[in-house]
Amino acid sequence: MTNLIVILLSAVFINNYVLSKFLGICPFLGVSKKLNSAVGMSLAVIFVMLIATAATWPIQHYLLDPHDLGYLQTIVFILVIAALVQLVEIALKRYIPSLHRSLGVYLPLITTNCAVLGVTILNISENYSFIEAMVNSLGSGIGFMLAMVMFSGVRSTIEGRDIPESFKGLPITLVAAAITSLSFMGFGGVIENLFA
Amino acid sequence: MEQILTAVIPVVIIGIICAAVLVIASKLMAVKEDERFPVIRECLPGANCGACGFAGCDGYAKALCGDPDTAVNLCVPGGVDVAMHLSSLLGKDYDDVEAQVAVVHCSGDCDKTQDKVDYKGIESCAAAKLLYGGKGSCSYGCLGLGDCAAACPKQAIEIMDGVARVEPSYCIGCGICARTCPNHLISLYPAESKAIVACSNKDKGAQTRKVCTAGCIGCKKCERVCPNGAVTVTDNLAAIDITKCADCPDPGICAESCTTGCIRIAELAVREK
Repeated sequence: MTNLIVILLSAVFINNYVLSKFLGICPFLGVSKKLNSAVGMSLAVIFVMLIATAATWPIQHYLLDPHDLGYLQTIVFILVIAALVQLVEIALKRYIPSLHRSLGVYLPLITTNCAVLGVTILNISENYSFIEAMVNSLGSGIGFMLAMVMFSGVRSTIEGRDIPESFKGLPITLVAAAITSLSFMGFGGVIENLFA
Repeated sequence: MEQILTAVIPVVIIGIICAAVLVIASKLMAVKEDERFPVIRECLPGANCGACGFAGCDGYAKALCGDPDTAVNLCVPGGVDVAMHLSSLLGKDYDDVEAQVAVVHCSGDCDKTQDKVDYKGIESCAAAKLLYGGKGSCSYGCLGLGDCAAACPKQAIEIMDGVARVEPSYCIGCGICARTCPNHLISLYPAESKAIVACSNKDKGAQTRKVCTAGCIGCKKCERVCPNGAVTVTDNLAAIDITKCADCPDPGICAESCTTGCIRIAELAVREK
């Protein structure tokens, strides 16, 4: 149990996908302008990370590894995740239209998001069991949400400020992202010592 | 060669399985979409302004498909062309679309009124309004920080001398500015209407006079001269019932008689189609 909590917390804070591993920067910069869309995007990411892990972990362990096809990992995962998200989108549109509408464009947007692919591949390379892999995906998704929500707050604060002309727009956003990510470096080593 | 095949074949097989699953799923779980929807959506202008009362053009198109009672003339930016197009598509009668233009009910520019504070905060009317009701001495007037101009999808609004001005030829009458203005100074008027009251100050005459030389002081002169009884002064502010203006025997008498010049004959020219 402690093991799972350590995996969860370290996925959220220490190995935060956006702020420590620098994966999924595209939606982090693109969709973090407003809190609403940041939350919508993050929920979609959590959801996709979970189902992607649930699908790719068995594929790796029961299909690729027994036949020595581990080197096909990346391309097979991309293929499966993309198909899976499309399938989920079709199903949502049919059965839960309201959720489909609120996830909206974010669902197809993250079919090939590197954070999702990163989670599934790191789950394998860390040698996690299925449960551990699912917990890690959940934590990574929550970490993504944390980063998105925090950064949308930072951005809305920046918006009203008097910024030097040459820093307006993307430059100040990148500077702010760098500082936010620096602050997350402070978590390094905290969790391991909490349960030591 | 064998190595290449052992790599390619599994990927191809997985790809084919994925494709088959997706094809079956899309057939099984297909959502029936009204075939008229894309056609209707196509002829709407796509401004997503919300003037029709629905959530964007998609919302209006969906309502037109689903509910036969939805009127076809609700799209203000699209005007007569879109309404005629829609009525021919759906086989419904159409009524004329009344072209509308945004009007700013304030004329307190830099010559007529003064700032009461030196505002150095966030450049937004909504933010300035929170701080003691704005920077100007008239708390009803235009804050002049351009929230409406920023919200306007057609760049039809400009802040000139501290007051928002609408360029009628660019205005599509969507009403986004009217919803944005924290002082509710902007409203939509039929494009052919003539006289407008360019003031929103409801204070008593003397108080209004103190803060702005162009404010309505509620003297009721306009009320007396109007031949159709279209002007009424309530709460020290003139209001014009534009429906009574149509057959005015003496257009412009209200503006000429106005002591402070806050009633104006506006050139709300109908925009070029």
